[in-house]
Amino acid sequence: MSIIYIVLPLAIVLAVVAVGAFIWAVKRGQYDDLDTPSVRMLHDDEPTPPSTGDRRDSDTPSASDRPKP
Amino acid sequence: MPDSLSITDGTTIACTHCGLPVPRGLVEPDADEQFCCNGCRTVYHMIREHGLDAFYRIRDESDDTPTRAPTTHRRYDEFADPTFRELYCRPAGQGVSSIDLSLEGVHCAACVWLIEKLPRVVPGVIEARLSMGTSQARLRWDERVVDLPTVARALDRLGYPPHPARGRDGQDARRREDRRFLIRIAVAGACAGNLMLLAFALYAGWFGGMEAQYETLFRWLSMGIGLVSLAWPGSIFFRGAIAALRTRTAHLDLPIALALGVGGAVGVYHVVTGTGEVYFDTLGVLVFLLLVGRFIQHRQQRRAGDAIELLFSLTPGSCHRLDEGGAATDVPVEALRVGDRVRVDPGEAIPADGVVLGGASEINQALLTGESRPVAVEAGGSVTAGATNLASPLVLRVEASGSDTRVGRLMAMVAEFAAERSPIVQLTDRIAGWFVIAVIAFASITAGLWLVLDPARALDHTVALLIVACPCALGLATPLTIAVAIGRAARHDIMVKGGDVLERLARYARGRGTILLDKTGTLTVGQTRVVHWHGPDDLRAAVASIERHATHPVGRALAALDEHAHETVTDVTQHGPGITATCNQQPFAIGTPAFIASRGVVWGQDIQRRIDEARTGHLSPVLVAVENRVEAVASCGDAIRPGAKEVVERLIRDGWRVALLSGDDRAVVEHVGDRLGLKPEDARGGIDPEGKVAAVHEAKQTGPVVMIGDGVNDAAALAAADLGVAVHGGAEASLIAADVYLARPGLEPFDQLARLSRRTLGAIRRALGFSLCYNAIAIGLAMAGLINPLVAAIIMPISSFIVLGAALSLRFDTR
Repeated sequence: MSIIYIVLPLAIVLAVVAVGAFIWAVKRGQYDDLDTPSVRMLHDDEPTPPSTGDRRDSDTPSASDRPKP
Repeated sequence: MPDSLSITDGTTIACTHCGLPVPRGLVEPDADEQFCCNGCRTVYHMIREHGLDAFYRIRDESDDTPTRAPTTHRRYDEFADPTFRELYCRPAGQGVSSIDLSLEGVHCAACVWLIEKLPRVVPGVIEARLSMGTSQARLRWDERVVDLPTVARALDRLGYPPHPARGRDGQDARRREDRRFLIRIAVAGACAGNLMLLAFALYAGWFGGMEAQYETLFRWLSMGIGLVSLAWPGSIFFRGAIAALRTRTAHLDLPIALALGVGGAVGVYHVVTGTGEVYFDTLGVLVFLLLVGRFIQHRQQRRAGDAIELLFSLTPGSCHRLDEGGAATDVPVEALRVGDRVRVDPGEAIPADGVVLGGASEINQALLTGESRPVAVEAGGSVTAGATNLASPLVLRVEASGSDTRVGRLMAMVAEFAAERSPIVQLTDRIAGWFVIAVIAFASITAGLWLVLDPARALDHTVALLIVACPCALGLATPLTIAVAIGRAARHDIMVKGGDVLERLARYARGRGTILLDKTGTLTVGQTRVVHWHGPDDLRAAVASIERHATHPVGRALAALDEHAHETVTDVTQHGPGITATCNQQPFAIGTPAFIASRGVVWGQDIQRRIDEARTGHLSPVLVAVENRVEAVASCGDAIRPGAKEVVERLIRDGWRVALLSGDDRAVVEHVGDRLGLKPEDARGGIDPEGKVAAVHEAKQTGPVVMIGDGVNDAAALAAADLGVAVHGGAEASLIAADVYLARPGLEPFDQLARLSRRTLGAIRRALGFSLCYNAIAIGLAMAGLINPLVAAIIMPISSFIVLGAALSLRFDTR
């Protein structure tokens, strides 16, 4: 039964890790909006090949080379 | 685009975009696509043009009520103004900026999809993220590729007119608070769960036997986790208790902190000495449950607050500033300086106090002064911010802007009164004061009793009593019931900002409270309408078609007689007090009796009686003459809302004193008071904002005061009253000042709120009664020495769940 001296602290470490992960998620803002993501995930299957490329382009400094509309 | 939307049945044609019926006059016989309005047409073409047709498929999959696209076709030039940028935009490095926008027209899942496809519609937009709950979108865009007005125009053409999100600082602070709350709950929950697991082992050891070394291990671990729970998430109760002690007020945190503190301290002593019982599991569960209750209430209040904030953001904040040459640029109101010249178009709000330089028009000051009749202004006259221009464009020179305007000064008064409002001691807190005294008394008796009977067990039994006497159910009852009530109210368009509002309202009704009602906009519509129509109904369409050419407010009221009318009208001539035109080959003359008489038309007894009737009712009679014969009389004015009389009667029956407090003309107010069955001294007209505040203070002498109003002129009084209620369509100043916002027109929602508050207080009382009974029984058991940690761990949560059930059973009565 002395295994309990290892298992119990281990269980507590696990709990601490779980709480830590939750705190991390809260601080990253993952719990700020609980309504929209449930809707958003339904749409992501939409085939939108051009937009993903565009998005990355304009994110990088090279976007300044593009002509203004 | 699915076919099912095009034609619903043989007679009505549905709009291709939104699915609402297309007005008869707008149906294009040969077109494939039909639109109910220009907004829908624009949005439809915009969506098609960018290959976003999937919007319609997604929308049809989500259950959605059809709504017209609120597209405005504005240019949004003010979004490029330096003042605007400084106020609302944040640089995000490398030419990228970000802004939070409140969007109109967000209603379903497909909206999220469409708005987040914005980078595809406008090159240069990097990201658009919509939060459905608050209708706010966060945009990031590249300044070097696209400017903000272009982005704003695209959103507008997609059917989501954007407005800068106001009060961002407050929002950030609240978000941080929310996150802290969640973290506390998580820690408390994890501690409670682990404490329960350890407790299971200890209880099992009790019955089945356990080696002393393992028991010691479990007790030490329980203590460690228990202390984390008390010191981190539980600190909120200790802090509350200390604050209550410092201000010498009763607060529910006091008995909670007492139980937690004594339970924790004695537990540590028992673990260290290796004797006696420990209650850390019960304490951990207590902390967790109490935090959950408070969080739920906090969340519901937040929701109501967010809804009000959204409305606040949607009030227009731009105006047309004229430069030297007379060309107009749109700038945010905040950018106006004294001496600037601005143009105010019909239908727009006047942005600052000023002097009229050019143009003549009529302005509606109902929100400012309570005056229901439009006021004529011309060059040289002065106008105040917040009034609405009705008839034709005006050019103003700004004399005061921002906080220097009359409205700004009123807002300063609002802030002053809101800070002064005395908090009520909530029912639970009042009970808590007695509760602490009772618990300490019983604990002393128990200690004394057991010191005589069995000194070794005296400490154990006293601690057990203190822990089972912890008012957990008491602490859950109020927040949960209030959270449920606020949620139910919000679903019926009643936004309650504070948790104590319901308790105040229920208590005031009994305490011979006074309800002070604003007239214009609250009891009445606040706009000129046709109140009575005496004449053939088939004339309505012709009159409405003719009056559509009029700019006078009464003309607009007549045009509303038949919104779908499309008769052919020619030869329209506007004369000051009337209008003449030819409609369906018949000559019409519509105007005041004097105007009609001046055209040589005479009328009989019957018509004269109608005219006199209208005048005694403080309405303006308008005659309709066809081929020199008076065919109809329309009485126009600010009509009392349907149902207002019944609500006022019911409130009086419930024990309220109801009085009218209006800035409008005395005779008009007295007439309305008379119609509602109020005593003449309870219908007071001609009162300015300061006078309203004075009236509130005067009424406070006899009892609590509830002020219901909608205008800027009511704002200070709303804040000065014990409870302020702003009604639908009100000015933003009143939104800030009020505790409750009724998002539906009329007084009916207030009546519902009053009944809901009564029922809520009843439910709280029942829950409190139950939890007090429970505490009494538990204290009795503890005094008899029958409570041990296992019994405590079982009976504590049961009471909480019963209270939860009672709270959820609260109903909203729509009657």
